[in-house]
Amino acid sequence: MTIQFNDETFRDDYSFHNSERAIKRFPFPFHEDSYMYSVNMEQHRGGPPDSIYEMRFDVDEHYVSEMRDRAMVLADDPLRCQSLPHMTLAGWDLLELIMVSKSEDYPDLFELHRDGDRWRWVNKPLGIDDSFTFLDEATLPYGPMEYITRQTQGDFCVLDQRDDNLWMDAGMVTTQADWSLDFDIGMNFFEWHAPVPLAHEKGIFVRALKFLLNIQQGTPARRLNWTMTVNPLLDTSPENYHKWGIQKTSLTPENLGAKQHLRVELQTFFRLPRSNAMVFPIRCYLCSFQDLMTVPKWGRRLHRVVRDLPEELATYKGFIDNRPMMLDYLSKFDDGLPTSDGIWPEVETEPALQRA
Amino acid sequence: MSGAEKIAVKVTDIVPLNDLVTRFRFERIDGGLLPTFSGGAHTVVEMRDDDTARMNPYSLMSDPMDQRAYTISVRRDDQGRGGSLFMHQKVKVGDEMTISYPVNLFSLDLRARKHLFIAGGIGITPFLAQIKQLERMNGRWELHYTCRTPALGSYVDELTSQHPNEAHIYFDDQDQKIALAHLLDGQPLGTHVYVCGPKGMIDWVRKTAAAEGWPREAIHYEEFLAPQPGQPFEVKLAVSNKVIQVGENESLLEAIERAGVDAPYLCRGGACGQCETQVIDYSGNFIHRDHWLDDAEHASGEKIMPCVSRFEGKTLVLDR
Repeated sequence: MTIQFNDETFRDDYSFHNSERAIKRFPFPFHEDSYMYSVNMEQHRGGPPDSIYEMRFDVDEHYVSEMRDRAMVLADDPLRCQSLPHMTLAGWDLLELIMVSKSEDYPDLFELHRDGDRWRWVNKPLGIDDSFTFLDEATLPYGPMEYITRQTQGDFCVLDQRDDNLWMDAGMVTTQADWSLDFDIGMNFFEWHAPVPLAHEKGIFVRALKFLLNIQQGTPARRLNWTMTVNPLLDTSPENYHKWGIQKTSLTPENLGAKQHLRVELQTFFRLPRSNAMVFPIRCYLCSFQDLMTVPKWGRRLHRVVRDLPEELATYKGFIDNRPMMLDYLSKFDDGLPTSDGIWPEVETEPALQRA
Repeated sequence: MSGAEKIAVKVTDIVPLNDLVTRFRFERIDGGLLPTFSGGAHTVVEMRDDDTARMNPYSLMSDPMDQRAYTISVRRDDQGRGGSLFMHQKVKVGDEMTISYPVNLFSLDLRARKHLFIAGGIGITPFLAQIKQLERMNGRWELHYTCRTPALGSYVDELTSQHPNEAHIYFDDQDQKIALAHLLDGQPLGTHVYVCGPKGMIDWVRKTAAAEGWPREAIHYEEFLAPQPGQPFEVKLAVSNKVIQVGENESLLEAIERAGVDAPYLCRGGACGQCETQVIDYSGNFIHRDHWLDDAEHASGEKIMPCVSRFEGKTLVLDR
């Protein structure tokens, strides 16, 4: 597979864009015409060819530019990457998992050569060719978690498991939906989920934790989550809310289709072998409303989901004020026809929009 | 399918260590590498003994970083249901078997400044892997290991010769005992205690540590229960609409699986909680043997762990 990497920005002039291929493989998160929380987990072992589920760590056209944006965030705020002292072994586990997965899944882009503890890692898109000693931090320019996550799309929470709970004891978090690693570091699963509305009452987190604690080596899991973002911003952090929060007021009926993005997280979960820790990669995909509307099924469904979402959730996801304007825009793409089950676009079988 | 991922392996070495314990070495049939694991992990070994199928958990004792082979040590239990006897008497070098991916319910707390291991008998095995892991990471540890006699002291010689300062051995027949309160009293702050052995030993360590003021989170223990034989009984599986007989020498979980019903499981030793099953109706007495449910849940008659627990009475209906 050849990937043409975009040269684009996620700030200032926002030159981020999705190709036709990227739109087609966008992880539209709604499998039906309504949305409520659920522990919507499934095993993460492949998926349809060229879907974002196919590989263990999806690499797409935004890779090089996303890594450039991450480096800029870290230069401004080094606390976006933290690892408590006992998590170094888990960092090596993660480095191994990603290097092995990417070199096997994308042999034309990444190479891993191992001779005992002597490793050589080649990352062609980023122009990296490093030799180092596995488990010897002194031989890498960063700690193992930071080293590999500067080269991998998505945020990474590395969770220690003890006392029947998971603990946010390490992470690389620069593309987050308004939460802070620096605030959450050292918290357990219930503590860091405390702000989420409705889900506690439904017992979602008790069941989700039980599921996660039982994820074992060889059987990773995945789910989708979503929110809304104005402008294709990766770094919607609390630390920078003063910069991006105000942009939510810049929406107009004219610019909404281009500026308003559906933000989808592919969340995966892997047990790490040597440390018995878990890694929780949170991969962010952005797609503008106008690009989503090129898929008739998604146009119909997104209107219905946004319209019927409980107020608490629209508030928590940060778009309650803009919802009326979003609905004005989206309603033009909903002709009332039924939609087929599942998240896939089905452009071949789903009818085109019936009125202009 | 239930349980952890499976690996097809070949038995490449069998070493009798003493009258009771024999060591087995497994390598992948396809010649590939096995997954690395963390010290304290176990594997579930599937045994096909004519038409009886058993799956028993055994701690991995080899170096977690050595991906060429796994080793386990099996203690013969003449009163058991036959799993260990099968391993001792029927398994031969060259046999092909199925084992599970490693699962760790007894992992090191990597925050610990020091790891204090307390082992009784065959309970030494998870510590052998943890010691190898800590040696590689320059971790600080100390072992106190009780055995019945020198002749039955599995791995005593290699422990004392390789780690003369860290390994402390106690023989019951010489009336040697761990001075536990004294031992706990002398530990540096940030020490974590790990105990693996008979139930009496685990209870003793937990109670003593609690009385000495140790935080509960700093005491780790693992006791795998082998399912015990018992009176046969009948069970109705409501969801799959089947009535099954649980034989004297099989567990309830094994009987459910024999009936072709896919039931969740992981450790098969009463510890992990995966096989927890709702009781819909019953008339009789439960013989609860697991560590998962608490006393109130055991008394409620609403749940059972079919991997190790049994039933005596007229009617048992399960939500399975």
